[in-house]
Amino acid sequence: MKRSLVFLALVAILALGLIGCSSDKKEEATAKQETAESATVGKTLKLAMDADPVSLDPQVQLSGGMMQYAHMVFDPLVRWAKDGSFEPRLAESWEQVNATTMRFHLRKDVKFHSGNPLTAEDVVWTLDRIKSSPDFKGLFEPFGQAVAVDDYTVDINTKKPYGLLLNMATYIFPMDKKFYSGKDESGKDKAAIIKTGPSFANSNESGTGKYIVAEREQGVRTIFKAFPQYWDKNSGNVETIILTPIKNDATRVAALLSGDVDFIMPVPPQDLERIGSTESLDLVTMSGSRIITFQLNQKRFEPFKNLKVRQAIVYATDNSGIVEKVMKGFATVASQQGPKEFASYNAELTPRYDLEKAKQLMKEAGYADGFECTMIAPNNRYVNDEKIAEAFVSMLGKIGIKVSLKTMPKAQYWDQFDAQVADIEMIGWHPDTEDSANYTEFLLMCPNKETGYGQYNSGNYCNPEVDAMTIQTQTETDTAKRSALLQKIEKALYDDAAFVPLHWQNLSWASKNNMNTEAIVNVQNFPYFGDLVIK
Amino acid sequence: MFAFIVRRIAQAIIVMLVIGFIGFAIKQSFGDPIREITGISVSVEERTKIRDELGLNDPFMVQFGRFIKGAAHGDIGRSFFYKKSALEVILSKAPATLELVFCSAIIIVLFSIPLGIYSAIKPRSILSRIIMGGSTLGVSIPVFLTAILMIYIFSVELHWLPSYGRGETINLGGWRTGLLTLDGLKHLIMPSIALSSIMLPLFIRLIRSEMMEVLENDYIKYAWAKGLTPRRVWIVHAFKNTLLPVITVGGVQLGTMIAFTILTETVFQWQGMGFMFIEAVERGDAPLMVAYLVVVGFIFVIVNTLVDVIYGLVNPQVRITGQK
Repeated sequence: MKRSLVFLALVAILALGLIGCSSDKKEEATAKQETAESATVGKTLKLAMDADPVSLDPQVQLSGGMMQYAHMVFDPLVRWAKDGSFEPRLAESWEQVNATTMRFHLRKDVKFHSGNPLTAEDVVWTLDRIKSSPDFKGLFEPFGQAVAVDDYTVDINTKKPYGLLLNMATYIFPMDKKFYSGKDESGKDKAAIIKTGPSFANSNESGTGKYIVAEREQGVRTIFKAFPQYWDKNSGNVETIILTPIKNDATRVAALLSGDVDFIMPVPPQDLERIGSTESLDLVTMSGSRIITFQLNQKRFEPFKNLKVRQAIVYATDNSGIVEKVMKGFATVASQQGPKEFASYNAELTPRYDLEKAKQLMKEAGYADGFECTMIAPNNRYVNDEKIAEAFVSMLGKIGIKVSLKTMPKAQYWDQFDAQVADIEMIGWHPDTEDSANYTEFLLMCPNKETGYGQYNSGNYCNPEVDAMTIQTQTETDTAKRSALLQKIEKALYDDAAFVPLHWQNLSWASKNNMNTEAIVNVQNFPYFGDLVIK
Repeated sequence: MFAFIVRRIAQAIIVMLVIGFIGFAIKQSFGDPIREITGISVSVEERTKIRDELGLNDPFMVQFGRFIKGAAHGDIGRSFFYKKSALEVILSKAPATLELVFCSAIIIVLFSIPLGIYSAIKPRSILSRIIMGGSTLGVSIPVFLTAILMIYIFSVELHWLPSYGRGETINLGGWRTGLLTLDGLKHLIMPSIALSSIMLPLFIRLIRSEMMEVLENDYIKYAWAKGLTPRRVWIVHAFKNTLLPVITVGGVQLGTMIAFTILTETVFQWQGMGFMFIEAVERGDAPLMVAYLVVVGFIFVIVNTLVDVIYGLVNPQVRITGQK
């Protein structure tokens, strides 16, 4: 009995040792195999993100993960280029027909994955469907009907003149009308947009994109295969993409460092240095447009009604210090809502950290001894959110404001945020329109249940002038005039200390150094994997 | 025996009902699933509409009643994220967790028995001291730290073992197993060692102390006096009686193992039930959370029942009365 046990233990130890020792030989062998295969089937990219697409239906949810998916399996009419201009994709060219109509000329050689050709009808159908999607409805509110002029020409109308039509055209990923029309096996409409249950569109796709979804196990992995009849002959050379969601930061980085995956996004700040200094890896970072702010609730808490108190808090916030110490330099200090690339950027508005001035303002406001207030922040939504909140609390402590902070996971946070359970609340925002009016519409316009403006304005800041200007920007199509308006808005918010600006989060991607990672990533964080070239 | 089984089944049903009720009661504080399935800029009324469609605005008892009614038909809710029945999701994730627990259990059995026995027989030898010292260390290092250290050494530095996931799996009639491919086995090594790192020291110490106690007994002295070979005394006489408490503790610890799978699976991105549960909590996927808790409760009852039965088989003196 004992002998057999000892024997078994020995065998186990030996086996473990053997597997350990032999595995590097195996790796060489598989590497050989891979090169042999790649000669015949093209390159494979093992990709790890922090999330995976929740569905195969590009219109079911508006989120970063879904947009990244849409850019792989579908093509938009136009897409953002790195310099902020628009690149033609399925639309070859476009012109303004009148104040409310833009005419798009479609490419003629485009096939859907089902084999059906792309026509103007598909674009009309897609726009109709997107206007019925709960997630996109709001964004497409300014849009009227699309009209097919002929097979390859489509007119997109807006209800009023609308300067952001092209921005929104980056969200129009034409779907295959024939494929998504009719009834599925269970007799349900194939075009139905269903968020929490099974549907045809959730598990089948027919886009025009470079990749077909070959295999998918939700939350585990998705395998994409290149579409042989893809229209864009200048695209990249990756035949297969294996996407694995790896939520845990340390695990995702380890997977890249150990060579188990080729490309990761995002890179956690604490690992930037290590990856940046690794010879065989490429690290690409970019300043983003997601701003992190604190809102001071003027309805809940009397002292915040006082302009001087709000200014004191902004002056007491050392946001450069937070960027340096908490974010490890991996963020850009903000003093207004939109980053440099945005039309609203007002160079006069500089960061304002000045502790003495803050104390002085508190004295003038009649709060020389400070006061106590409450604050909430999420702890798993933004990069280092909890640490940022803690740093902010200690900074306010220096001007006599005692803050009791409560942090919670994002699943619970938003309900608490909406209920405005605290005097100071943290919110980050990235404008879906890639335009700064969107920040103001959601974060700082007077809250109004009817219109939906100020939906995330937990500070209850309300300035009719700012509202009027923001509404004006929606129909202003003259770019210069519009920019001037947006900059005026930023100035007003800055003078009013309407919110406490912290920083814009940086974006990050890391990959092996044998691919053109730098060329395919962008500030929207929708890497164009279709253009990826692996040497 | 029959009465015992029936009583146990009744017990299981009550346990699951209670867990379901508690899960439901705290589900509200887990957060809002609607936020997870809609973009941030979706209007309040759209959200309310979706919440109505899912019946999340109904009073607590109505929702719970619906859950019980479904459960009677074997339907314990539908996951918002996976868009299919929660039970189906859990069952598809179960093989990964069971294989992980199984491999850890093998490691524990293989190592704890010889090491425990040895350190009981020769408590003063250098090796025994090393074993005991090592086991103290093993108990005190948290699982996720062990896991991350291992990933760092064996994957990042040495490139010997894969750092995440299950690797290549083979589908055996719905059971996706990683035990039949070399790649799958390689993926199993680190997670199962990490998971066993918590239990192994405990079992070594348990076996050692039980064995030492047994060796003091009169019948062992008698066996020595009879001139039996040491091997016979140790294995046949002493070890057999050492096993009884070990089995009991083992059963209870199996439950703890399930809890620790959550940590291990999260670090290794091991697509099992524990990882699924953590993700469900993060997403506020309440139906899936409740379903997981109910299933785990069920597993606990089953394991305890099995332990009692085995205990009765090993030790005929024990009368199963159903009251412990």
